[in-house]
Amino acid sequence: MRALQRKLLRDLWAQRSQVLAIAAVVATGICLLFAARSTFGSLQHTQDEYYEQGRFADVFASIKRAPWWVAERAAELDGVAQAQARVVVAVNLDVADMEEPSRGLLISLPDRGEPVLNRVLLDSGRWVDPLRDDEAILSLKFAEAHGLEVGDHVVAVINGRRKRLEAVGIGQSPEYVYAISGGDLFPDPRRFGVLWMARRPLASAFDMEGGFNDLSLRLLPDVQPQGVIAELDRLLEPYGGLGAIPRSQQTSHWYLTNELTQLESTGYVVPLLFLTVAAFLLNVVLVRLVAAQREQIAALKALGYSNRAIGLHYVQWGLGVSALGAALGLLGGIWMSRSWLATYETYFSFPRLIHQMSWNDFAQAAGVSVVASMVGALGAVRAAVRLAPAEAMRPAPPATYRQTALERLAEWLQASVAWRIILRNLARRPVRSLLSVVGIAFAGATLVLGSSLVSSITELAAVLFDRMQRQDVMVTFNEPASSSSAFELTSLPGVRSMEPIRTVPARLRSGARSRQVGVLGMVADPRLWRVLDSERGAVAMPAEGLMLSSMLAEILGVRAGDRVEMEVLEGRRPVLGVDVASVVDDYVGASAYMEIEALRRLLGEQGTTSGAVLTIDPLAESELYAALKRTPRVAGVALRSATIENFETFLSDNIGSMMFANLLFAFVIAFGVIYNTARISLAERARELASLRVLGFRRSEISGILLGELGLLTAAGIPLGFGLGVLFVLWAVRAFETELYRIPYVFDTRTFVISAVAVVGSMVVSALVVRRRLHELDLVAVLKSRE
Amino acid sequence: MSAGPAPGSSQPADAVAGSGGAAPPVFRVRDLRKVYEMGEVQVHALRGVDLEILAGEMLVLLGPSGSGKSTLLNILGGLDLPTSGSVEYGERRLDGADEALLTRFRREHVGFVFQFYNLIPSLTARENVALVTEIARYPMRPEEALTMVRLQDRLDHFPSQLSGGEQQRVAIARAIAKRPQVLLCDEPTGALDVETGIVVLEALERVNRELGTATVVITHNAAIADFADRVLSMANGELVGERRNETRRPLSEIHW
Ligand SMILES: Nc1ncnc2c1ncn2[C@@H]1O[C@H](COP(=O)(O)OP(=O)(O)O)[C@@H](O)[C@H]1O
Ligand SMILES: [Mg+2]
Repeated sequence: MRALQRKLLRDLWAQRSQVLAIAAVVATGICLLFAARSTFGSLQHTQDEYYEQGRFADVFASIKRAPWWVAERAAELDGVAQAQARVVVAVNLDVADMEEPSRGLLISLPDRGEPVLNRVLLDSGRWVDPLRDDEAILSLKFAEAHGLEVGDHVVAVINGRRKRLEAVGIGQSPEYVYAISGGDLFPDPRRFGVLWMARRPLASAFDMEGGFNDLSLRLLPDVQPQGVIAELDRLLEPYGGLGAIPRSQQTSHWYLTNELTQLESTGYVVPLLFLTVAAFLLNVVLVRLVAAQREQIAALKALGYSNRAIGLHYVQWGLGVSALGAALGLLGGIWMSRSWLATYETYFSFPRLIHQMSWNDFAQAAGVSVVASMVGALGAVRAAVRLAPAEAMRPAPPATYRQTALERLAEWLQASVAWRIILRNLARRPVRSLLSVVGIAFAGATLVLGSSLVSSITELAAVLFDRMQRQDVMVTFNEPASSSSAFELTSLPGVRSMEPIRTVPARLRSGARSRQVGVLGMVADPRLWRVLDSERGAVAMPAEGLMLSSMLAEILGVRAGDRVEMEVLEGRRPVLGVDVASVVDDYVGASAYMEIEALRRLLGEQGTTSGAVLTIDPLAESELYAALKRTPRVAGVALRSATIENFETFLSDNIGSMMFANLLFAFVIAFGVIYNTARISLAERARELASLRVLGFRRSEISGILLGELGLLTAAGIPLGFGLGVLFVLWAVRAFETELYRIPYVFDTRTFVISAVAVVGSMVVSALVVRRRLHELDLVAVLKSRE
Repeated sequence: MSAGPAPGSSQPADAVAGSGGAAPPVFRVRDLRKVYEMGEVQVHALRGVDLEILAGEMLVLLGPSGSGKSTLLNILGGLDLPTSGSVEYGERRLDGADEALLTRFRREHVGFVFQFYNLIPSLTARENVALVTEIARYPMRPEEALTMVRLQDRLDHFPSQLSGGEQQRVAIARAIAKRPQVLLCDEPTGALDVETGIVVLEALERVNRELGTATVVITHNAAIADFADRVLSMANGELVGERRNETRRPLSEIHW
């Protein structure tokens, strides 16, 4: 059927601008779909390989101190394949290129051979000598962030003494793919590093000889962790077990999984929306095409072409458009997944990120685009098939018009003839008009979504740094200390004010639900680190009882006034009943607060402190940092300026390109919808408009009719887009919520302005293109041709 | 893929043109009725038509607008189905046939020529003819068919580059390229001026003469009728007159 195919190609070419507009929408959907699928596949594949190669553990436990034989006992628990005991300590690191201390984690390596679990994969250098106390393997991202190489030195403050460690190797471990230190929002490789050292010297420095404080287990295939964890907790309890966690709660893994889940869901939702729009556009254009080719279809039928051949012809039209879109989309998708993976590489530490483009992903993208075009072509094919050949030999009956409500409105408004024509045309095809409006609204909503997320994230930053965490420095002690330790901080150079903090690791339980958190004890009316309610602003600590974040309350299924069980995971490890005094709707994720004195009373302790938040004199910064580096009790120093800086890098790295992509996508949709609507109105209206011209209407009046229609559709689409956009944002805000923070929804009028301007912009561009065609309308030819 | 053996002579080469009193009928139509339901109203487009069309015959169908000519032609060509009555094409019944059979019938046995040509505007003359030659069983080459209508010099022109008469001749070439047993023409000159109309009719006559294709031409111009073997008149959905021309008048002598 070569002649028919030639017709197909020529038809496609004749309508190339519409074909391109639709193909662009398909391409965007396919690009996003493929990029998300391929990035997802690559990350997952990389993760699987890495976990296998690095023998990533299944269960993790921290203990105060347990004797060596306990590890062997753990290995014998039912369902456990292997156990690995380690000494892990948090220290401050002093790196030459930075004034303030970095946080470091020292992890022991076995006396002989490599770790059986959570292995370290060397990038360069060599393994440490098990007898040397001055050798370490540095984590790759930390080394890169400081430009450290094998042979360079880092100083670790071990028990108050500065210990110079030589980097004999640089490596990575599946345990720290996402290396984030507690309390941070983003990984900061400059301020957090992992150092693997020989066990003996580390154990002796921290009083761990013959013992360990960290245990990892690998389970037998198909063993669920819960049972093992219960057993393990029982085993470790006498030694100060802090509660074992399954892999799913391990920090690095949790982030990685979270990212993967998000990729997977956005990998389908957003592309599907695009492909739906594409299918709609195809439908509109093809139905119109079939109407215009009524007589050609009839002739083909009369010549003996079967319904199948003719149906296929229009399906192929749709397939042609989607094939073009899919090809462009796949090219874009390959490029996009590359750049996404490159971004992931800056945040995740992988030995080798395998960019995987599976045939499966290609097939899926191609399949989805085929389905979209089929769905889009369906209506047209049905119309073409249903067309009785004899029927089609007669000219199409004049369109039927009815007086509609819209029109009575026009009458009431005493609208001009032009307006009546506009309203009548819109009312004649209510479904299509409505779908056009929805399409335009969808484009507007995409823009509202994109720009709102920027507002929301900026707002989150403002809330976090200007209103919640107003301290300049947060200091954490390596173990609970007396209240005097906190007060001693005030005598350090440059410290202006101080608020002590008490953090208690605990497992909160209500019925069958439980969650392990650090209960945060804060002064009654904190000035520095405050708790903000999204509606009430800063809230004071209740005099007694817990204040839970709404997310944690939801997890536990409790409300203010309920009682929860609090299993303390340090010290004497009491199990206490505590009332929930209030629930606060705050921006940070799952957290529990208590007034510091109430917490101390509850635990039966006096003045115990885990750290403090400080404000400082910026001029004395260097001096203070130097002093903190020397203070043995200080395990960590978190700087507000560093956090803000990190946040800003994150924003500038990601938001700019996100905004650009968003604008582009929205424009693709807006233009696709509006331009096609305009072209079809033009095609359908050409005779009528030409007749009006013959009757003496001016060009501008004629364009007015066509563009007025577009304008009305756009005007209806914009506010609907606002509404739809707000729904999108509310959905996205929920979807991006993690246990660390919640993104606030911000009602920002600018986002609506951006949306409206971009949609109107697309309309103006479409209108100009169509107006040119309208002006070039050959009156005689139009009137002569049979419609 | 065939709708059954073609009636009359199986190959056009041995078909005999002319009065053909002994030639077997291509179509046999009995008590053909067609009623269109238009909501409440019933339109009786055909009210019991009986008719035989012979192989190789040139037949003109005359009648005022709305008398049911197109309806009859469409049913003969398998574009439409009758409400009652029978249509036999050789041994094959067309009334009550399913869509697949009708499609095969149209593909193998009939050629259509329409008032408004119905060419595919995005295909050249040659390609429009190729549409048919690609799916028929014993087609001519497109060039051959176009030569028969004297358009051998316009093979690669698009419909928009051809005059009305030329377009209609392309349509004729397209209709005959499959070597059909019957050629059905619904007001082929309706949209053309006299001179051009004659050129088109000449093409039809030539095909009828050289290929022996039974040809039915609808017109409401009685002057044309003289060049046919037989002239049928319709009014109100019925055949109201039949006239046989003992000698066909050459087109050059026809004026209107
Ligand atoms: N699809 C249809 N629906 C309703 N009425 C029809 C239809 N086709 C034809 N008719 C009616 O049938 C009658 C015969 O029409 P037609 O065969 O086209 O006449 P002719 O070709 O002789 O002008 C007319 O009254 C016409 O209005
Ligand atoms: Mg007619």
